[in-house]
Amino acid sequence: MLNKNIYLILIISLVFAISFWIGSNVNLLPAEASINAPIYDELFKILFITGLIIFIGMTIAVIYSLFKFRKRNDQIGDGIALEGNLSLEIVWTIIPSIIVLLIGLYSYNIYDRMGGMKELNHNHEMMSSNSEKIWAGISQTSDNELAINNLSIEVSAMQFAFLFNYPKGNFISGELHVPVDQKVLMKMESKDVIHAFWVPEFRIKQDIIPGQPTILNFTPTKVGKYPIICAELCGPYHGGMRASIIVEEESDYNEWFNKNKKPEVNL
Amino acid sequence: MTISIDPQKTNNESLQPKGWIRYFSFSLDHKVIGIQYLVCGFLFYLIGGTLASAIRIELASPMSDFMPRDVYNQVLTLHGTIMIFLWIVPVVNGAFGNYLIPFYVGARDMAFPRLNAVAFWLIPPSGLMLVASYFVEGAAQAGWTAYPPLSITTPQSGQIIWILSVLLLGGSSIFGGINFIATIIKLRRPGLKLMQLPMYCWAMLGTSLLVVLSTPVLAGTLILLSFDIIANTGFFNPVLGGNVVVYQHLFWFYSHPAVYIMVLPAFGLVSEILPVHARKPLFGYTTMVFSIMGIVVLGLVVWAHHMFTSGTPPWMRLFFTIATAFIAVPTGIKFFNWVATLWGGKISINSAILFSCGFIINFVFGGITGVALAQVPFDIHVHDTYFVVAHFHYIVYGGTVFIIFSSIYHWFPKVTGKMLNEKLGILHFIITFIGFNLCFAPQHWLGLNGMPRRVAEYDPQFQFVNQISSLGALLMAISTIPFLINVFLSVRNGKNAGDNPWNALTPEWLTSSPPPVENWAGEAPLVEEPYGYGKEISEQK
Repeated sequence: MLNKNIYLILIISLVFAISFWIGSNVNLLPAEASINAPIYDELFKILFITGLIIFIGMTIAVIYSLFKFRKRNDQIGDGIALEGNLSLEIVWTIIPSIIVLLIGLYSYNIYDRMGGMKELNHNHEMMSSNSEKIWAGISQTSDNELAINNLSIEVSAMQFAFLFNYPKGNFISGELHVPVDQKVLMKMESKDVIHAFWVPEFRIKQDIIPGQPTILNFTPTKVGKYPIICAELCGPYHGGMRASIIVEEESDYNEWFNKNKKPEVNL
Repeated sequence: MTISIDPQKTNNESLQPKGWIRYFSFSLDHKVIGIQYLVCGFLFYLIGGTLASAIRIELASPMSDFMPRDVYNQVLTLHGTIMIFLWIVPVVNGAFGNYLIPFYVGARDMAFPRLNAVAFWLIPPSGLMLVASYFVEGAAQAGWTAYPPLSITTPQSGQIIWILSVLLLGGSSIFGGINFIATIIKLRRPGLKLMQLPMYCWAMLGTSLLVVLSTPVLAGTLILLSFDIIANTGFFNPVLGGNVVVYQHLFWFYSHPAVYIMVLPAFGLVSEILPVHARKPLFGYTTMVFSIMGIVVLGLVVWAHHMFTSGTPPWMRLFFTIATAFIAVPTGIKFFNWVATLWGGKISINSAILFSCGFIINFVFGGITGVALAQVPFDIHVHDTYFVVAHFHYIVYGGTVFIIFSSIYHWFPKVTGKMLNEKLGILHFIITFIGFNLCFAPQHWLGLNGMPRRVAEYDPQFQFVNQISSLGALLMAISTIPFLINVFLSVRNGKNAGDNPWNALTPEWLTSSPPPVENWAGEAPLVEEPYGYGKEISEQK
């Protein structure tokens, strides 16, 4: 009996060790390029390790049972007439409940840190009328929360392109240029069907819905060029509906901005 | 204590055609209807599988080069609709439900045999109509979810035929659900208590409740959508002041429970198969019953987890996260109980048990990614990507389809009186299991790294992994060959099975193989312990 328990403990610790090793060393995610990404990857790691423990454990249990309790040729008759075990049932009701609850609380915390629980009406001076109802999005917090030079951009999506309107510069671009380490506030609207704005390296996504503006705020942290992908089936060229987001040093961004800026037209 | 038989019905039964032609007739025999469901479903599975192969061929290269882009969208729409509404739902509910439930409750037929036949005969015309819509003006191309405004702006005829077809299939499903509830509750043999029923009855009771509660909502939604399309109303059309997010709520109010309509019967079937081949009682009968009902209740309040990136306020996202994640608890209980059923048994390693164990492994994997997807912050990144595609194929293919095959290996001797060839069966399992995992496991990585779903073209960096996935799909297509050969050979020349080749205790094995019309020559047996393995044998000794 003691022997059996030792084996069990050994196997369980081995499963944990393997899962932790895989979870910490196998990277399944793309580069981290926004302040949301490391937060997301923290959650991913926890989910990945927990999932591996359960999956490897269950798989071993099934394969071991098939091997150990297989019917040998000389055997007749049935297995033991065991119909249940109340304490076992209680154990495997309560432990998964606790795991699920902890994961739920933890992901609440992650979501809050990503800015998901923040009020969704934010102060776009140039674009929002206060009566407008905004339904969804991530309103991310960042260190430069109070900075006045947050970048506001209006995104409009249509079959099969994204257009980015820079109200301060009075111009529209097909590429999204943003300065690094600065909070970007986007208000998005669709001209026709539902689209979605997804930047895998930023770990953010938000549907762009006709007749109902949505918002998405983020802070890029790494200079580079990343794809913007439409993630909601929007018609035949859905797979080709992509744009680029170019994260640049502030000086490069300003240069680009001033080149494209159009003077305010006074009527 | 026999059940009184309406003499008029008995006369009708004797007027029914005999021989193979009865499978093409408006038969009232629940066993004939069950086989009609199964074979019809399998034919649509072959069509849906061909469409899946076309998708994987297109995705073997990053460019859209195999078929026109709008045809690709039609193919993926038809693939989803056919696999869900014409293969999985009719087979795990209609086919096995009709064949087994009357046996399990000790009845001679379903409660409403004519309604039963009507429910089946709605399926072939609506399925053919759906496939034929391709040749009219092109099939529907807005995905099986048919989100407006895309479904309003794509060619109308295809979308309208799609709606009509889904409405008919939904009707068939509701008729079936009502029939199962009535049969299980009211047609039980006298003396048979609810808590003595085989687990599949409980699974079908729960499933039928979901069908009856949620399918009408889908029907209503699709009727409103069809008004938007043909009569220019503005329920969902934003141009006319409609709201597209309302459609999503209504659609998922049905379509999330639809997942349980597809997996709960499979949970029931595996609970029948494991005890027989492991020679052990089903572990934890009572908790299994309660966990089914728990899944039914929770399954009705989780739909908005499909909408975490659309227009949902933050509090709603959180509620649906918690509710969804908690489904893992009753589901987990069932899986622990199945493993405990295997533990200490004398397991015959055959095709039925291998497919069932393959199901446990695949479904645990799909369940884990499911709990991850329930977490809003996790879902926001992978929603509408190949990660989700991989997740639900682990649930519906790795889960339910594996159980459909397991069930075919298990009940084929009862239905035909012949055994299936075990060597071909094990070959079928090995190719299916490897092909399935090769096809879908890599798709998790694709989704995490930036490949959205429903695309005909993608970033070239994903080409290699997509080709592995396509190779897996090829293996899955090949795996049907040994299965079909096995079925055709065994029906003609299979080894005689006898009445009860597995020495099973559930009531369908206590009659001849194949069973007579009205199931038993004499009185229906009273089976108080459908899982009494281990006890009887020791008594006999």
